[in-house]
Amino acid sequence: MAAPQAPIVEIRDLAKSYHRGSQLIPVLSGINFDIARGEFVALMGPSGSGKSTLLNLIAGIDSADRGSIRIAGVEITALSESELARWRAGNVGFIFQFYNLIPVLTAYENVELPLLLTSLKRRERREHVEAVLSVVGLADRMDHYPSQLSGGQQQRVAIARAIVTDPEILVADEPTGDLDRASAEEILLLMDQLVHQFKKTVIMVTHDPRAAEKAHIIRHLEKGELSAT
Amino acid sequence: MGIPYSYSFRNLWTRRLTTLLTASGMGLVVFVFAATLMLAEGLQQTLVQTGSFDNVVVLRKAANSEVQSGVERGQAALVESQPEVAIGSDGKPLLAKELVVLINLKKRDGNKPANVVIRGVNAVSLKLRPAIRLKEGRMPREGSAEVIAGASIARRFKGGGLGETLRFGMRDWRVVGVFDAGSTGFSSEIWGDVDQMMQAFRRQVYSSIIFRLRDSSGFDAFKARIEGDPRLTVEAKRETRYYLDQSESMAKFLRILGLVLTIVFSIGAVIGATITMYAAVANRVTEIGTLRALGFQRRSILSAFIMEALLLGLCGGMLGVGGASFMQLITISTMNWASFSELAFSFALTFGIVWKSLLFSVVMGFIGGALPAVRASRMNIVEALRAT
Repeated sequence: MAAPQAPIVEIRDLAKSYHRGSQLIPVLSGINFDIARGEFVALMGPSGSGKSTLLNLIAGIDSADRGSIRIAGVEITALSESELARWRAGNVGFIFQFYNLIPVLTAYENVELPLLLTSLKRRERREHVEAVLSVVGLADRMDHYPSQLSGGQQQRVAIARAIVTDPEILVADEPTGDLDRASAEEILLLMDQLVHQFKKTVIMVTHDPRAAEKAHIIRHLEKGELSAT
Repeated sequence: MGIPYSYSFRNLWTRRLTTLLTASGMGLVVFVFAATLMLAEGLQQTLVQTGSFDNVVVLRKAANSEVQSGVERGQAALVESQPEVAIGSDGKPLLAKELVVLINLKKRDGNKPANVVIRGVNAVSLKLRPAIRLKEGRMPREGSAEVIAGASIARRFKGGGLGETLRFGMRDWRVVGVFDAGSTGFSSEIWGDVDQMMQAFRRQVYSSIIFRLRDSSGFDAFKARIEGDPRLTVEAKRETRYYLDQSESMAKFLRILGLVLTIVFSIGAVIGATITMYAAVANRVTEIGTLRALGFQRRSILSAFIMEALLLGLCGGMLGVGGASFMQLITISTMNWASFSELAFSFALTFGIVWKSLLFSVVMGFIGGALPAVRASRMNIVEALRAT
């Protein structure tokens, strides 16, 4: 374990490029970036600047060409695919632009999904799910299917799913991108609460300056390189 | 723990029309599969029930059926004197020297001719077949041109009903009784006095000798003795064995026919399942990416989709078996190739056929779902999530 004061995310010389046909397109080149525990970081930048790629790499769902990503002391670039899946299950919570709830499962079952990867008993899972659904204010909508919920409610279920295993890091890709102003505001308040009350580290990709305002730190990506704000 | 089964089940339910159509395609194949097995089973049950374990059939050596057999009077007398033959309450041996002749009768519907077994019997013949009872009328009188007809003959053949007259062996025979032989092959026979029959058909030899064993365990000794006796050119079989042998070739033919048909049809059904499952995977790319991001392993995705395909197959199997179970209401009559005579029997559904059919449907589901499931499990997470 890293010491409490050490950064939770340490990125060194990170590079990633994509193939488009025979062409190699560099997306990230030599990124160095630290995030302290409990910080709320917004990644901004024009489309194609590599911010989502950076977020995916930190979340362990994409692999880098070069460089190192240490998260809470674990060098995730060295993990095998199935180790990485296990690591994600315990350490990262995902919040997506389009919520990505499973339509055939109820709100309760959607939130319970990540817990199925733990050794918790059914009763313990129920306690966890009910607790996080009350945090997001949807304890009374447990048996609703995603199609029976509004966009803002769906995103709150998704947030409950992201925090139910109590991961240290939450990654959010345009979490307010599909929401109206009022719902977006609610979601941002909720994320703010997660950072302050539950001491989560949140890394958020956004185009929305009002969303970015909530963050402690805003980093801009331009042509694969970071600049501080 | 993996992805819950309810995920697979509810996805099938969500697109229930597609599920139903695909499952119906598989169900049709399972129906054909189950129906042919039921046919073979029904045939075999009918023929095997025709025989009784304690009865022995004596035929000429190498004769496969009574029609091909001939046992001379002298040899018949020798068999009758064997100690294994049971004696009835009247002191006479429980033994019948019978004649089997095939004749041609016209069916009631369509006037089409078909082969029918005429059996010359004596008074003991009925005692040897406890499954048979006279339903209407009376037994033929000895020495008269009277016959009794099996229920299935009475129903389906011209002149076979009670009080009607049949013409064969250059004589007219009055049907004085109709007997019910349950689902056995005797239902498709006509019985009359053996001596009258031998005269009418100008036969010198009996076709077969049937007797009850005094003691069931005495069969092997009897068989060894008479088959080793140089004066005799006969062989002995338990009656159950005899009828089983008769049904074997036809049942085998039906089973092979059924298997070939279903294998050909199942290719179509499997392709249908594959297309359905590929569509299911294509519609749920983002879901798959999400599940993988949440930490579910490739094998969890694989098994969730395989489970879905297995359930789809099982739905098809249940539709097919459900449909096939109605076939039990149908009675089929066909040529029994072993005796060249008309035989009526039903489709018989057994537990064995049910589970074989369901297994078959599940295997179809598995084969159909395998490739799509592998594709789902191999998806790149980032690309899958981008498919939103």
